Amino acid sequence: MPDLFSKWKKGLARTRNATFGRIASALGATELSADTWEEMEAILLQADLGVGETSGLIETLKNSANEKGLTHIKDLQDELRLQLLNRLDSPDPIDINQTPYVIMIVGVNGSGKTTTIAKLAHRMVAEHQKTMLVAADTFRAAAVDQLQVWGEKLNLPVIAGQQDADPGSVAYDGIQSALARKMDVVFVDTAGRLHTRFNLMEELKKVQRVISKALPGAPHATWLILDAATGQNAIAQAKAFKESVDVTGIILAKLDTSAKGGMAFTIQRQLGIPILYVGLGETIDSLEPFNREAFVEGILESLPASSGE
Amino acid sequence: MFDSLSERLNKVFQQLRRRGKLSAADVDAVMREVRVALLEADVHYSVVKDFIARVRERAVGVEVSEALNPAQQVIKIVHEELIATLGAPARLNLSGQKPHVIMLAGLQGAGKTSAAAKLAKMLRDQGERVLLVAADPYRPAAVTQLQTLGGQINVPVFHVEKKAPPALVKQAVDTARKGGSSVVILDTAGRSQLDDGMMTELAAIHQETTIGETLIVVDAMTGQEALNIAAGFNKSIPLTGIVLTKMEGDARGGAAISIRSVTGIPIKFLTTGETIDALENYEPERLASRILGMGDMLTLIERAETTFEADNAREQAEKIITGQFTLEDFADQLKQLKKMGGIGQVMDMLPGNMGAAARMQSPDIAEKGLKLTEAIISSMTIDERRHPDILNASRRRRIARGAGTEVQNVNRIIKQFREVQRMMKTFKKSGRQGLAGMFR
Repeated sequence: MPDLFSKWKKGLARTRNATFGRIASALGATELSADTWEEMEAILLQADLGVGETSGLIETLKNSANEKGLTHIKDLQDELRLQLLNRLDSPDPIDINQTPYVIMIVGVNGSGKTTTIAKLAHRMVAEHQKTMLVAADTFRAAAVDQLQVWGEKLNLPVIAGQQDADPGSVAYDGIQSALARKMDVVFVDTAGRLHTRFNLMEELKKVQRVISKALPGAPHATWLILDAATGQNAIAQAKAFKESVDVTGIILAKLDTSAKGGMAFTIQRQLGIPILYVGLGETIDSLEPFNREAFVEGILESLPASSGE
Repeated sequence: MFDSLSERLNKVFQQLRRRGKLSAADVDAVMREVRVALLEADVHYSVVKDFIARVRERAVGVEVSEALNPAQQVIKIVHEELIATLGAPARLNLSGQKPHVIMLAGLQGAGKTSAAAKLAKMLRDQGERVLLVAADPYRPAAVTQLQTLGGQINVPVFHVEKKAPPALVKQAVDTARKGGSSVVILDTAGRSQLDDGMMTELAAIHQETTIGETLIVVDAMTGQEALNIAAGFNKSIPLTGIVLTKMEGDARGGAAISIRSVTGIPIKFLTTGETIDALENYEPERLASRILGMGDMLTLIERAETTFEADNAREQAEKIITGQFTLEDFADQLKQLKKMGGIGQVMDMLPGNMGAAARMQSPDIAEKGLKLTEAIISSMTIDERRHPDILNASRRRRIARGAGTEVQNVNRIIKQFREVQRMMKTFKKSGRQGLAGMFR
């Protein structure tokens, strides 16, 4: 087990000392008390799971504590870990079952779309997939340049339009080019947009329609990039993007910061969108497939219980 | 998804018996709702705890008055405490020797580069000679991004290839001094407060250059971590202000409270859109209302006030009160709405559910609807506009032809106008109470 996510743990290592350790001090006591429940609640809320999901979890915990006759804090922590794990899916591996396999990347401004695409492309190249990048963010100043720099670094073709060009036509050109050059995987980078901007969400739908016109069945996947530090607004984001472009997976970027990304847990629970990858650093190889155990450890890392295992 | 706090509290109070004073139990029930509202707004858990304790102390024993129902009274207390916590608006400190150096720091993707350009434009418009400094050599094309934005607003951007940020900033400030710039804005690379190497770099910039303002740029969508982020930055560099970005979205912005409470530094600016003008001064009342889910009615009201010419507004008010509101006035109001920035922007400022419902509609379609209404009213004679009663079938057909549309649309507009007229008559009869009823 440790090998499976040792890299993940390394990414998280620097967060360990930074987070609160209040429950550790409360652990002098080993018997359950009212404080224990409050501490548990505090941990879940501070991991951004949200009020609804947290109270649901605490309720379940209380019930199973009664049923199983749990009286020690340690037992309760194990139960909490189990409950969190049970609520998360392990995503299926990405199946490149047809080529070119087109993946559209969407998200709000600053969530980390372009950097994540570079990391994803790096992974695909390692798996010997012929990969192409399409820079359909023609709005933000220098967004195209940013993707092109990555393309050069990774030695990958980048199809780009002019600043302020129609993103749909750039995407169309990209797919045409990928077909002609017999690419395996195509990543389409889109402009960051807040999910509340009606016109921008319409534009995104159009980009998706254009892609499916250029290649029926495409995009084969649409991934939403979420900043791990986002709070409850992430749920509104996921809902809106799902409604507009049918998001099929979530990538949780910047999880190497002190943020726990608990809202991704809530999104998976409420909207059924699986978390596929997590971003764990600035280097190109710092994107890891989602791992339930490591993610839950991240949420619970202020609990000292796992040291005994 | 989010009920506004007033809706939540009203539900609680329906279950309480009305007594002379709020009991401790009453207040507890209310505080549970306030707590949920604040947590849903992303205010940090521990900050909420302290806040609730303060409000509880003030709320117990409060007299239930005739004017305000218990819910309203508690909201008032919560609102006041929230404003006190958020703190008074603070200006940029541009005193001392020129050039004044303003540094922007924050996490990756918080919006530093955009904020730097927006701030540069605002200060340039105030008559400052601004120099932007691209001090982010790490993110690909970050420098190009600032150069492009600088080009758009005609503000020079300083950058030297392959120079470490502390030395680069020093050189930039020297250049600014010699070139007669009055303000230097430093756009630094995004970094996590846990990244020791990068935080040391930030501290080095701060040590080698005299910096007047050190602003932390924080995404309004940030969750519980805002507290740790701000505390971490404040430990490495002495922060002097907060810029809250991406406020045009629907995030409540509770992170601002967390940051205020852990650092004590004032909020200075909010960014509210992708255009380069979208930088606003911070108003505590407005942000407090938003965090509590009461919408941004103040902005809406303010913009309405500045847009409506004063005389016109008074005249319209009189007409409304005397019940002489005609189709002509209706057309006038549509024009004003356009001046307020179009229906899309107005929709975004509506509170909670109203805003969400409005946003489900395409602003384009709504805009088209307005144009059609205008066309229909313009196709009427002045007499018809003043006395809609004379609009018989043949007149309606003529109007439809004139506006290039079907008679059904003309009928619909007249019906809508009648409804507005009826609403205004009710309002006139019941006076203030009637208005309060509409918003309850």
